[in-house]
This record gives sequence, structure tokens and C-alpha cells, in this order.
Amino acid sequence: MPSIITARQVTKRFGGLTAVSSLDLDIAEKSIHSVIGPNGAGKTTFFNCVTGFYQPEIGEIIFDGHHLERLTSDRITALGIARTYQNIRLFNNLTALENILVGQHPRLKGGMLGAILRTPGTVREEAEALNEARRLLAFVNLTGKGDQLAKNLPYGDQRRLEIARALASRPKLLLLDEPTAGMNPHETEEMTGFIRRLRDELGITIMLIEHDMRVVMGISERISVLDYGEKIAEGSPTDIQSNPRVIEAYLGRGSAAEVPESVSASPAG
Amino acid sequence: MLRRTLERFTLTDLFMWLVGGSIILLVVVGSVATLRAGNYTARHWFDFVVFGIAQGSVYALIALGYTLVYGILRMINFAHSEVFMSGAFTGYFIANSMSRSGFLDRNPIIGLLAIFAVAITTSVTVAVLLERIAYRPLRRSPRLVPLITAIGASFFLQYTFRGLYGSQNRAYPEVDALDGAWSLGGEFVIQKIQVLVIVAAALFMFGLYMFVQRTRTGKAMRAVSEDKDTAALMGIDVDAIIVRTFILGAALAGAAGVLYALMFRQVNFFMGFIPGIKAFTAAVLGGIGNIPGAMLGGLFLGLFESVGPTLFLDGLGIPAPYQLKDVIAFTMLVLVLIYRPTGILGERLATAKA
Amino acid sequence: MNKKTSFNWLGAIQIGLIGGVVALLVSLIGMVEEFSQRDIISGVITMGQTLIVIAILMAGYFAASRAAGEAATMRAISGALAGLVASALLTGLVVIIPPLNLRSIFPNASPALINILTFNQETVVGILYLLITGAVVGTLGGLIDILPAQIRRSVVLALFWVGLLGLLQELIRVTLTNMPQVGAALKWMFGSRGLSIPGAVAVFIVVAGGNYLWAARGGQVQDRFRALPPTQRRASQWGGALVVIAVLLYLPRILGPYLSEVANIVGLFILAGLGLNIVVGFAGLLDLGYVAFYAIGAYVMGVLTTNAIGQNAGQIVFGPEFSFWQALPIAVGAAVLFGVLLGIPVLKMRGDYLAIVTLGFGEIIRILALSDFLKPYIGGSQGIVEVGQGEIGNFVFGTPQTLYYMIFAACLLAVFISWRLRDSRPGRAWKALREDEDVAQAMGINLVATKLLAFATGAAFSGLSGAIFASKVGSIYPHSFNLLFSINVLALIIIGGMGSLPGVFVGALILAGLPELLREFAEYRLLMYGALLIVMMLTRPEGFWPEATHRRELHEEFGAEGEPRAEIVKTPGGAR
Repeated sequence: MPSIITARQVTKRFGGLTAVSSLDLDIAEKSIHSVIGPNGAGKTTFFNCVTGFYQPEIGEIIFDGHHLERLTSDRITALGIARTYQNIRLFNNLTALENILVGQHPRLKGGMLGAILRTPGTVREEAEALNEARRLLAFVNLTGKGDQLAKNLPYGDQRRLEIARALASRPKLLLLDEPTAGMNPHETEEMTGFIRRLRDELGITIMLIEHDMRVVMGISERISVLDYGEKIAEGSPTDIQSNPRVIEAYLGRGSAAEVPESVSASPAG
Repeated sequence: MLRRTLERFTLTDLFMWLVGGSIILLVVVGSVATLRAGNYTARHWFDFVVFGIAQGSVYALIALGYTLVYGILRMINFAHSEVFMSGAFTGYFIANSMSRSGFLDRNPIIGLLAIFAVAITTSVTVAVLLERIAYRPLRRSPRLVPLITAIGASFFLQYTFRGLYGSQNRAYPEVDALDGAWSLGGEFVIQKIQVLVIVAAALFMFGLYMFVQRTRTGKAMRAVSEDKDTAALMGIDVDAIIVRTFILGAALAGAAGVLYALMFRQVNFFMGFIPGIKAFTAAVLGGIGNIPGAMLGGLFLGLFESVGPTLFLDGLGIPAPYQLKDVIAFTMLVLVLIYRPTGILGERLATAKA
Repeated sequence: MNKKTSFNWLGAIQIGLIGGVVALLVSLIGMVEEFSQRDIISGVITMGQTLIVIAILMAGYFAASRAAGEAATMRAISGALAGLVASALLTGLVVIIPPLNLRSIFPNASPALINILTFNQETVVGILYLLITGAVVGTLGGLIDILPAQIRRSVVLALFWVGLLGLLQELIRVTLTNMPQVGAALKWMFGSRGLSIPGAVAVFIVVAGGNYLWAARGGQVQDRFRALPPTQRRASQWGGALVVIAVLLYLPRILGPYLSEVANIVGLFILAGLGLNIVVGFAGLLDLGYVAFYAIGAYVMGVLTTNAIGQNAGQIVFGPEFSFWQALPIAVGAAVLFGVLLGIPVLKMRGDYLAIVTLGFGEIIRILALSDFLKPYIGGSQGIVEVGQGEIGNFVFGTPQTLYYMIFAACLLAVFISWRLRDSRPGRAWKALREDEDVAQAMGINLVATKLLAFATGAAFSGLSGAIFASKVGSIYPHSFNLLFSINVLALIIIGGMGSLPGVFVGALILAGLPELLREFAEYRLLMYGALLIVMMLTRPEGFWPEATHRRELHEEFGAEGEPRAEIVKTPGGAR
């Protein structure tokens, strides 16, 4: 399968610390690809490089024939990459519906004059945008909560609203940063199914950072493992589970919390 | 690296470099023209420099207050200029009464110390009340909220003191012991008052530096400025440290107020505004949150402002360049924030800014 | 909590001391004396006394509410105690002033102040009066706390309206004389200075009763309104707007020249406020140099239209003597251009840095306007005189009552633009920017364009306001364009509610209108702005009339498409 995004030799430093080091990564189109690794391994930094929040010092990232490393994040989003955040970052004082409308920003064209004069084109576009927003609300099961301020929604709703906002730009590639963090097993299971549906029904490629190995092993087609900013392993879930370097990376740190039984045991799914 | 920089080069960057370039060009052309015209002798420049250093040390003292508070709370204490004003303004009354009774001329040292004491006490009181009433309840608010409060507090204090003490200018009394100048040989002389200002400011700054580096409170302050929550976990009483930071900054501002008043002779309720902005510029110049930076930034700005108008603008044929000295200071502020927001000494505040 | 032993006397005393210090400050600042010329209720209580009464009343109220959980009598006694302590502090002032001659330090510590505080009695008797009054007022404050919540709200609101109408007595009477029929009917309500006693009682009863009834029944009215079909509801809203506009159009005739002038000043502030509301309220860019664009609008208008060339006042080198209407678009265009030019350098700055740099820009513009350097072009400190006036045919916008219509039209235009932008794609981009700049960019919003658009729109309104201002006053001096203007505008949108359009009107009426109407206030204008900003941020950061959240999900179009349901995919976390 052709790859939708290719990273070559990506390196990002913060002062003396090399957060991501000569990373090569290919993600196949319409796949679910997880990036795992201990805390501080450089996963989120890599996400930030892909989405243009950071600029890597060395290396290139090519998406759909475009070099991303030279673009700002708004241009990258317009090309078809959307993301969510590890610690939810919604527009808190906007309503849920408005959050999704903002997400549609790059797809819409309405400018200032059109808005002031309410030209027929703008009116039509706004009506369509509103309908699309309602459809997305329904898609993430938030119908009826569209007029609430984002900050007043419960945690699980906020997580799903953030995904709806990301979907609003109709991305080809969706980056999810720990989507199940803070969820109970039941919610986690539902979220896992939801992610799979995003790929199956909407045809979106998904790149996932996740700590919950049950989720990772359950839905990923391919997994890349980072440690100290370097890729130490890559392969299918079964490959990864038996890879000695991966086990060492987790166990070697001695951080018990990071060593779920499922690294060595078989996945739940 | 260069290739990457060029790739991200946009139209707005081009605009900014053009602006920066033309300002540098103006400065260079102006300086060369002024020096070649030779209207000013070495003595003029010496006077400009000494005045600049004296003025700069006052800016530095005020700047320390901004920098200390910013270091800990990551907020611009917009009302700090009023803390400065309150000390100088209140100090006037004791200075005036001592001067009229003749005490100040008979015992200049005790008299000056008394003025400093009154000014510093007032400034500290104002700052502590300010922190307690206006800032503390807002510590966890969005960043715009405490800033607006600080702006409000600034105006409230200005006009409170206007109401209390009246709106007219008050002339600080002259102190006989500080009158006149010392000759440095040849045509160079130096005003006694300027020496006092420079020496006193240096002493206060040295004192502060030792305090922050050596004492328990100083160390706790640095800990809190690194990370409030962790410092609290380590058993540091964050509230108390913040109050002490305000006290320290206010004490320096009060002292600066007296020095400023002794140098410029006039106090009024609005006197804090301009030195306040200048001192803030100095703090940014040196890298806000950075203590030696504030001192250096203050001196640098004072010099620039004293020498600059004549040096840069006179040669360009601009009439009355001294009128534009504030423009030079403000332009510097803007340029520093644009091209080097981390200041000369470059304290990294990337996370704080986000 | 075991009540009997832990009763907090110290708490009441502490609050009393705070109230006393506030009253003391208000007295020494000179407000009490200054405001004693104006009665709230004719012959009963002056505005100056009211200030002290409010301080003590609030001390009593807070002392009582601090004793919450105690018996009602104990709460009232707490209030009385706080009031007594507060007035005791004031008696200290009365005792201390005459022997110490504090006037050399505090110019307002005058005999007149003492007379006010001692009710014009002998010192000893006066002090007694003062203490008793303090205790009584404190008790009243305590009683307010004891009242049930709804009654308390009604009572406080009614007191507020009595105060407001008393203050505005002069304005209302002038207006009434312009409307003889209504005026005659309401004449009994006002005394020579302030409300008459029956008037005050009537206002109190009407407001308190009305508010209480509305609280009980108002919900039904609102429900009935919401139950109306959308077309009717919209029609009634449009109808309401038209009535308001019609009244506003007729207003200058009722108001007369002086009050029309006040309305014009308020209008110019509304115009500037609407512009800053876009920059600060919508886009969250704290701009303290907003006066720069106002100044540019005014100066361009002045330079292009003045015909005082060659005369001593303002030797302008360049003066094409355009007409007002030719110069207006150029003035607005120049403001927009500067909005963009000054916007570019600050694109990467946030929060407080942005505030300081824009403040610097504003000051640079002012100093340049003042300097001899630019004097040949814009007049330096002598400014520009004989700025042109707008005219349509024979109708000249020269008097306050005619200018009113120009300002009204400009405000209407600005409101319309703001309102249309608020829920549009650019408007949403601004609000996203305000909430979280990084995420906004990650949502595909171009920060450069979005920010510059906000600066440019804000600058356009401000430039328009400045241009009309120049024409209205007829002359321009650099002193009109200082930082205080920026602070005024900022304060009015914050008081009204950032991002809220009605808030701009409320803010401008309070902050620009009141000081114009009440001359005594002008002196303390900035003091009160400062206090208001602090109090507002501490207690009600969203403003008096906050931005409404818009209900759009269940708008009328919903369901018309018929499709949405069909595409619902079963989603996770449905249990929540």
C-alpha cells in the first residue's frame, strides 16, 4: 500500500536535548499506525513536527507530495492533516457547535465582505457549514449539546468533541494524541471501536499515540516504538510484543506503570 | 539552517527587516553626520554619559521590581510605576518639613535616610495592599484578567494620590550638601547629586543581588520562580514568598523614587508613568525575569536616551531632537521585543510566553 | 461549629475597619466635599454623604453575612458593630484635623469636610451624631443581609435607582421641559436638587415592586415569547429594533443642544469602543495604543480639510482643502493602513508584551504629533484649526443636534458590521484566536491574515471616530490623543462585557456619559475607572452585559434537510 506520509531523518532538539533523532517513518494509506514509547520518548514532539507546531532542524516530512517541514500549521491543516491534543485543548468559551464550525475553517471561503453583505454565496456556505456541524455532532453522539460551552461539557464529551472538530476539516490523516487517556475500560473500548470506524467508514488514515497497550495492540496495523527520540522497533503488533529491545525499553526504565502486562501477554482484542 | 530560515521567510519578515534596516541606517547616518559636524565637545558627551548613567541607575532600580514580580508571577505589574510614585510623593512631605526646619541641611545624612525610610515604607505598603487586594485573588485567572486589573490599579493609585496630595507639582527641597559639582580635572565636572544617585543605586542593587543569592528567602524566591507548584510541594510558603517579592521590588522603587526626585526636583501624581514604562523597557531589554539583566538594561537605556537624541538625530537636521527622546526609548522597546524578545542576556521564557 | 462560643466579634470589627478606611479615603480624596453640592433626595441626603453611607452600609452587610448561621439579631448586631467601628474611624479624622492642620499635606482635609461629617454641629454633638448614624446604617446593612434573597435583590435595585434618578435629576428635568405634557405629570417627583421625598418613595416602591413581580412572573412572559413561532419572534425583534431606532432619531429634539453634545461624545466613544471590541473582545489582542488610529483619523481629516494655511496657528505645508466627504474615506483608509503597518511587528507577540508594545506605539504617535519635527505638516503643539465640516446640500453637520445624525449613522454602520461579523467565518476565527492561538492555527486559521484583519477593522472604526471628532471640535491638539483615551475605551468595553455589542453601549453610557453629565465626576473619572476595572475583574470579569452564547444548534432550519439522522454512526461513550 502506498504511504500517505513519509518522514526522513527528522531531528528536533531543545537546547542540548535531542527530543527526536533521525527518525524515519512511513505510514500506509488508510492504516491505523500507533507510535508508542515510554514517557519523554519524543512521540508528541514528533506529532508537533508533523503538524508544524515545531520545525525540525534536520530531515523532511512529505505528505501527499508536499514538504511539511517548511509550512506553518495552518497550511498543513489545509493540506489534510488534523490532530487532537493529549490534554484536551478546545475553545472553552465557544459552544460545541462553534468549535466544530471553527474546525471547518480551511474548507470554507467566506470572507469579510461576504459576511457583512450576506451575499448569497456566504449564506449558502454558512447554512451548509451549520448542517455539517450538526451532522458531526450527531456523529460523535453529542446531538443536543451543541449549544453548551465546551468547558461545561463532561470529560468524555470533550474528548469526542475534539475529534469532531478535527474531522470538520475533512482530513486525510488524523493524529490522535492519547485519545483514551483518563477513560474507564468501558469508555476505552467504545473509543477504540470509534477510531476503527473512522478509518473503515470515512477512510481516514490514523496515527495514534497511546499508552494503553490493549488499545494499541487491538487496533493497530503497524506500530513504531520510540525511545530517547529514536525508533527502536517497528512492525505488526505481534512483532512488537516479542521484540526484546521494546521490552528492554519499557522494563529498563524500571517504571512499573509503563509496563502493562499486555506488552508481553497477548492483546485483549 | 540558512536554507530553512530562507524557506520560512515571508512577506511580513521582509517588511520587518526593511524597517529594522532603515532604522539602523538612520542611526548610523545620523551619528556620522553629528560627529562630523562637531557641534559638541568632549565635555558635552561626558555630561551626556554621566547623566545617562545616573538616570539609567534609577531605571534599573525600578526595572528590578518589574523583573522580580515577572519572574515569579509571569505578569507585568503595570502599577509598579505608581508604587514608585507613591514613595517619592510621600517622601516630599517629610523632606519639605525637614528642609524648612533646617534639619536637612544640618544633618544631611540622617535627613536623607529619613526620606528614604518614609518613601520605602509608603511604597512597600502600597505594593503589599496591591498584591493582597488586586492580584492575589486572580492568580489562577486567564492572563488578560490580572493585566487589566493592574492597569486599573495603576490609574486608581495615580488618582488616589492626586486626590490625597493635590494635583500640582511639588518641588523637592534642595540639600546644600548635594549642591554643586566636583571637578575631575580639565573641563570635566560631575554633579554631586549624580554621584549620589549612582552610588546609592549601586549599593541597593548589590544588596538585592546578595539577598537573592545568599538568603533563605532569596533562594525560595528563585525556587518559586522556577516552578510554583513544586516549590509549594517542597514546603515553601508561596504566598509569603510572593509578598516578599513585592516588598523587595517596592523597596527598590521607593528608593528610586527619592533618587529620581532629588535629581529632577519635582514630584507629582503622574510622575510614575514615563519612568515606569522606561524601566519596563529596561527590564525587557535585559531579559525580563533576569536580575542582572534589569540592571544592565536600565543603564543601557539611560545612556541611550541621554546620548541618543543628540547623536542620532541632530545630524539628520531634526529640530529639537531632545523632544524625541521618549520616541527613542519606545522604539527601542518595540525593536527589542520584535527582534530579541528574550533580551540582551537572553533568559529563555519560551514556555512562559505560550 | 458550635455557635455560641465562636461568634466572631473580631471579624465584624475587622470589616468595620476596612469600611472605615474606605470612607476615610473617600473623604480625604475630596469626593465627599465635592459631591455635597448635589442632593440625591432634596434636603435629605447629598451625594457626598451617600458615598460614606454606602461604605458603611456595605461594611454592615458584609459583617452580617460573615456571621451567617447566627441568629438574625446577632447578624444585625454584627452589622451595627461594623458600622460603629467604621464611623469611629471617621470621628478620628474629625478630632485630628483641626489641631494638626493636615491641609498642607491633604488639601481636602478642610473645615468644610468636618462640617459635613459632623452634620454642622458642635464637635462633641457631631461626633455623637456620627457614631449613632454609623451604627444605624451598619444595622441597616445587616438587615439587608437578613432579608430573603429575592426581596434583597429588589430592595438593592430600588435603592440603586433612587440614587441614579436623584443624580440625574438635572438631566431629567431638562428633558422633561422639552416634553411639556409628560413633564407636568412628573414634576412632583423632583425637588430643587435631587428627588423630592415623595418622588424617592415612589421610585423605590415602583422599582422594588416591579422587580419583585417580574421575578415571580417574568419567567412566564419569557416562556410565552420563546413559544412564539420563529417568524413572529423575529418580526417582534425587528419591530423592537425599529422602535428603538425611531426613538433615537427623534432624540436630539428632546435633548436640546447640551445633552445632544453629551450624546455625541458617547456616540464617538461607542464607535471607538466597537472597534476595540473587535480587537480585544473578539480577537483577544490587548491593544493599549488604540488612540493612535483615532489620532490618525483626526489628523488626516484635519490636514486635508483645514483652510488655515499660512496663519500662525498651525503652519501646514500641505493642505489641499478637501471637503469633509472627500477627506473621510482617506482618513479611514489611512487608519486602516496604519492598523496593518503597526500590526505586522506585533504579530508574534502575546498578552502583556502586546499590550506594552501597542502602548509604546500610541505614545510614539503622540510625541511625534507634539514635536517640532513634524510641525510644518501637522502643526506641532499648536495643532490644526478650522477643520472642515460635512454638508449635504444645505444641511451642515455643525451643531450638536445635526452632528448627532452623522454620529448616529456611523454607529449604526459599525454595529451592523460588528453584528454581521460576529457569527461569520472571520468572526469565528477571531474568537478561536482569543481562546487559544496555537490551536486556532492548527485548525487552519492563518494567524497573520486574521490578526491583521482585526487590527484593520478596529483601526477603521477608530479612524472614523477620530475624523468625525476632528470635524466636530473644529480643531485638533496633540493633547487630545494620550494614553487616557485608550484606557477609556478599553475600560468601557471591559465594563460592558468584552466581545458584547450591547456591552459597548452600556459601557460608553456609564463611562463616557456619566462624567459628562455630572461635572463633579469628571475630576474623579479615572479614579473610578481604575476602581471599576479592579472590582470588575475581581467580581464580574465578564462585564455588565456579557456576550451571549448563541443558540444555533436547534435553529429553525434544523430538520429541514431531513438527512442528519440517517448518517448517525453509533459512537463511543454514549452512556455519558
